[in-house]
Amino acid sequence: MAAVQGGLIDTEEEKDIKTEPANDGCGNNNNNNTANDGRLLNASPGSISSGGSNKPATGALEDQQTLLAVLQFLKKNNLSESVEILRREAGLSEDTEDSKGLDSSGAGSGGAAGNVDSESGDANSLLSRVSVSSSAVSASAVQAPSKGAGEDQPDVNVVLSAYSQQGDPALYDVYYSSLKKFIESVLDCHRAELSQVFYPLFVHMYLELVYNNHENEAKAFFEKFSGDQECYYEDDLRVLSGMTKKEHMRGNETLLDFRTSKFVLRISRDSYQLLKRHLQERQNNQIWNIIQEHLYIDIFDGMPRSKSQIDAMSGSLAGEAKREANKAKVFYGLLKEPEIEVPLDDEDEEAENEEGKPKKKKPKKDSMGSKSKKQDPNAPSQNRIPLPELKDSDKLDKIMYMKEATKRIRLGPDTLPSICFYSFLNAYQGLTAVDVTDDSSLIAGGFADSTVRVWSVTPKKLRKVKSAADLSLIDKESDDVLERIMDEKTASESKILYGHSGPVYGISFSPDRNYLLSSSEDGTVRLWSLQTFTCLVGYKGHNYPVWDTQFSPYGYYFVSGGHDRVARLWATDHYQPLRMFSGHLADITCTRFHPNSNYVATGSSDRTIRLWDVLNGNCVRIFTGHKGPIHALAFSPNGKFLASGATDGRVLLWDIGHGLMIGELKGHTDTIYSLKFSRDGEILASGSMDNTVRLWDAMKAFDDLETDDFTAATGHIHLPENSQELLLGTYMSKSTPVVHLHFTRRNLLLAAGAYNP
Amino acid sequence: MAEERRQKQCSVVLPTESMKAMAESVGVGQLQEESCVALSEEVSYRIKEIAQDALKFMHHGKRRKLTTSDIDNALKLKNVEPLYGFQSQEFIPFRFASGGGRELHFYEEKEVDLSDIINTPLPRVPLDVSLKAHWLSIEGVQPAIPENPPPAPKEQQKTESTEPLKLVKPGQEEESTIQGKNQGATAADGKGQYLEKGLMRLKPRSTHELSVEQQLYYKEITEACVGSCEAKRAEALQSIATDPGLYQMLPRFSTFISEGVRVNVVQNNLALLIYLMRMVKALMDNPTLYLEKYLHELIPAVVTCIVSKQLCLRPDVDNHWALRDFAARLMAQSCKTFSTTTNNIQSRITKTFTKSWLDDKTQWTTRYGCIAGLSELGPDVIKTLILPRLAVEGARIKAVMEGPVVSNIDKIGADHVQSLLLKHCASVIAKTRPLPDNVEQYRTDYGYLGPMLCSHVVKARTQAALQAQQVNRTTLTITQPRPTLSVSQSGLSGSGGPRTPSIIKVPSSLTLMSPRPGTPSQPSPPATKYIVMATSAGAASTQQFKFILCTFWCYDIFLIHSGGKKSFLHHKLGNYLANFSYAVIYSCVRVPTPQLLPPHCLICTAFCPCTNRLYGCFIQHLL
Repeated sequence: MAAVQGGLIDTEEEKDIKTEPANDGCGNNNNNNTANDGRLLNASPGSISSGGSNKPATGALEDQQTLLAVLQFLKKNNLSESVEILRREAGLSEDTEDSKGLDSSGAGSGGAAGNVDSESGDANSLLSRVSVSSSAVSASAVQAPSKGAGEDQPDVNVVLSAYSQQGDPALYDVYYSSLKKFIESVLDCHRAELSQVFYPLFVHMYLELVYNNHENEAKAFFEKFSGDQECYYEDDLRVLSGMTKKEHMRGNETLLDFRTSKFVLRISRDSYQLLKRHLQERQNNQIWNIIQEHLYIDIFDGMPRSKSQIDAMSGSLAGEAKREANKAKVFYGLLKEPEIEVPLDDEDEEAENEEGKPKKKKPKKDSMGSKSKKQDPNAPSQNRIPLPELKDSDKLDKIMYMKEATKRIRLGPDTLPSICFYSFLNAYQGLTAVDVTDDSSLIAGGFADSTVRVWSVTPKKLRKVKSAADLSLIDKESDDVLERIMDEKTASESKILYGHSGPVYGISFSPDRNYLLSSSEDGTVRLWSLQTFTCLVGYKGHNYPVWDTQFSPYGYYFVSGGHDRVARLWATDHYQPLRMFSGHLADITCTRFHPNSNYVATGSSDRTIRLWDVLNGNCVRIFTGHKGPIHALAFSPNGKFLASGATDGRVLLWDIGHGLMIGELKGHTDTIYSLKFSRDGEILASGSMDNTVRLWDAMKAFDDLETDDFTAATGHIHLPENSQELLLGTYMSKSTPVVHLHFTRRNLLLAAGAYNP
Repeated sequence: MAEERRQKQCSVVLPTESMKAMAESVGVGQLQEESCVALSEEVSYRIKEIAQDALKFMHHGKRRKLTTSDIDNALKLKNVEPLYGFQSQEFIPFRFASGGGRELHFYEEKEVDLSDIINTPLPRVPLDVSLKAHWLSIEGVQPAIPENPPPAPKEQQKTESTEPLKLVKPGQEEESTIQGKNQGATAADGKGQYLEKGLMRLKPRSTHELSVEQQLYYKEITEACVGSCEAKRAEALQSIATDPGLYQMLPRFSTFISEGVRVNVVQNNLALLIYLMRMVKALMDNPTLYLEKYLHELIPAVVTCIVSKQLCLRPDVDNHWALRDFAARLMAQSCKTFSTTTNNIQSRITKTFTKSWLDDKTQWTTRYGCIAGLSELGPDVIKTLILPRLAVEGARIKAVMEGPVVSNIDKIGADHVQSLLLKHCASVIAKTRPLPDNVEQYRTDYGYLGPMLCSHVVKARTQAALQAQQVNRTTLTITQPRPTLSVSQSGLSGSGGPRTPSIIKVPSSLTLMSPRPGTPSQPSPPATKYIVMATSAGAASTQQFKFILCTFWCYDIFLIHSGGKKSFLHHKLGNYLANFSYAVIYSCVRVPTPQLLPPHCLICTAFCPCTNRLYGCFIQHLL
């Protein structure tokens, strides 16, 4: 453990140079992801000296400004020693700081953040952009994660004030109508693309009207044109419709999202030229201004996209992902499994006992299996993220796993898995989360009444360690001391864990089955020991409900995400997060670790999925296409693909390497709450609020895939309309929404949910 | 459509009158109109905002219904103090008041004496959460066990029988054909069907192959139904009436019944006929079966049992009348459920009955059956078909009763017909005929039966008056066939008195009814015993449900009752209880959001996993 800790903290400290620790919990942006604790900041000079080596190549000036901002902060807090060190390391002289100090801090603490943020995608933007936006963007970085705190109010005003300059309210209607008429009259091939402009324009024009106190005009405008918008924006429109006064705009998160994040559109060059020419001819400055200030138009060369292509990708709160956002290299391969010698004699014995004749070939297969897993070219290096060392018990578990794996059923369209359904009876709609251990021996449920309950589904009862007084009586020299410390008297099939003070929304077992994580409405993530059945740590950091949490497949790390829009990466032995992933525009609803533990995927109410690099905290993928909050994510076992399910009842499949949507599975009629790939990845199981478990042919979905270079380069997708062919089975439960799915090591599918009479 | 809805969303704002009323309730007398408008807009906006946040909690709570706790959580999110206080177990309706040209809806806020609350008996401890495993699918096939929904839902059976040419959804089609277990054969068959369908839209030929288990089940059930052991029969009938997986076996059962009736009528075996009728009843009671397809076999059997000249060996002694009554009720029930404009069951049946009733040569037994069959069809039928013939029928009865030479059998028959007519006609006349009840008038109207009818009508009227006075009691219906034929569900049996509580041991398992798979290394929870008790909502009988919880933990109780909600009252209760060395606690069914459920749900949401049914009663979990 110690080694692990050192490793990650080091890399983290390297990043700390760039940390902008203005205020706890809110001063974060994409590149800034470390915990903001002073302990790490005041790190030893040694580690600081390596600072900057990992920095993304940004302009020197920007770097300097960042440093200056940090210096200012340190000074303000009388951390003179750190100031000295930092100044020496960065080679800044006193006067540069003083002279530039003013302008760097001019935009408040957000200045540095803003610059870093704008570096990511905007640099090569083709659009000439008005410089006004930089202040807005800078504020955005600060704003996004923080809500309602008093100190943020000035920034809100900065954000909003951009709306103030506008003209005659009566003309908005005319502007919009004339644009509408124009777009309806253009050639078919351009119409679909240009229609994308409607929604963001509508929103911004409406907000401008509201901001300038033209309440009646705003209402009329809304009523007239809201019906034209795509149906998947209905949720946002509902929020907007309620907002009719300037006062409402303050503190409304949805509004801030619209305002602070540029709505991203992908339009072909021809279509864009058409639009531009039209607006300039008509002197339609109003709309032109909005397009320039609030929209980000990602222009590509080539054929305009069709309506279906656009519809497949749109739907998120802030438009599509920029193409640049998905260009980073992702090491999606699996890590090499450690070599473990399977005790062959054991295997043989068992085989003999079971079938009478030993199968000599089995052990060979095993060793073959491990050898064939040579380093995957797409895999990250083994120690890219320091992982905990294997304990003896882990090795034993691995051996068990391999043994079980040999008995695994190979699934396919002709051999569907059996499904065992665990119904929670008498839960009275109070079941909010379920998890099953990897070896399928324990089931845990999180409930709305703040409890966490753990069941043993094997004949082995749950035992806890005896109390201290009893433990002192035990003969510590005896061989079976590990047995003796367990209290047989209180052994039972289920245990209840009390500690949370709100509904438990996320739950996750550690891979070694010693710990359990639970996240709750009360804003904490709790770590429970399954030896003593007590709470070990309460991780505080999210001040708002934590919707989901999950252990890394290698243990030790875990990720959590919640209403505060920030996903946090934690290590069990640190009470503060190691990384903070911020960028989502709305609640983070689900979090999943990549099988190689190097990446974390988060799904959000802003209808996007983001993939984050654990090493540096960068957002490496943004997937748009869902039309509702995402409630389920699953990585394929080979790490190449991601499946996601949302309230819109659709499952989308993503190719992580290329950053593309590759499939759409339609069939469910309600929110999908669970997704799981079979152990070998042939079958994808999805469980939904509509009381069904559906099985999909994942192999076929991925096999049909032909990713040509063109698709990869442009991000244009052609989704095959074959989801009915891929559906292998639909299994209806009586009245039990499916909350969790799990494949056992032998590929038996376990489903769980609460019976709702 | 969507546009309209959105426009509405945009414009919905609380009325300014509400603002005024609320201001007045807190002592602000004169509120400016402008401030009202501003306030109502602000309040509407905030409420919408909170509702939108509350929806998030609903989604994460994996529910479809918004609950009050979601709103509380949303308030908390906005840093607004949630609403504290007493959570009512019942639905509190809005009260309405008007006056001075204003209308007001409000909650009645009664002052509650704390000691009263403390002294009221505690609510029952809810049943603990438990885990139960079953097979949702075995290698791709969903087994027909009570835990799973029926393989062919009733709706589908209905459409299949009423609109046979309509294409069945592919998924369901597969499911129902594969059910036959013989997978290879049916799969091939299935392909053929699709081909056929594509070409000429023929109704697919479905193979009915029963699995070994189903054959075994069929054998056991039929043997038990006509066997000598009454207990076994009750269990078998219960299984027929509740088991969801019987769809495949329905044709076998219907053939069994129709053949059985044919043979036993000839042999005059009354007992067996009764058993067979009870099977029909059980099949009808099964909520997952739709019998329309098999009526051509069942109706003749049932009608036979109503109108057959002779049903038993000794017509003078045996009570074959009860069988006729029972079968008549079944007939009426199937008329009600299955009669459509295409099959015209009801009119055909009515015609048959009337025709043989009108025939002079008809024997008294058949006559009785016809009248019973007709009168079960409802008051309208009685009014139009029976009442006009009362005089004629009365004369015939008179001839037998007072005439010189009669066989004993005829006399008994006439006697039964008379009482039957009186029973059914009296209630109809009581409802339709205006007062006063004059004996002479009756005699002129209805002839021989007039005077008796008159006294019956008078009795019926007083009874009805009495009943109207009585409070509408919650009574409970159990679709459990009793050993006698007296429990019938036809609903026309008139006014059944308040039922006595009946204790029924729910059969813990019917091992033969379905191949229940052994779950993979899954320890089933200890066999839970349920006792289903029929009871009215009165508090007097609650004594029966007491059980004693010796050790408990204050916090525990606190959580159980309030579901983690820190309400002052629950806390108090916890402390109060802690003062006792033990406490008597009534178990109750917890309803998480009383506001959203109608009040009667408090006693009717019990679910018995053994039978997979909802019982409208208390179920006590014996510790």
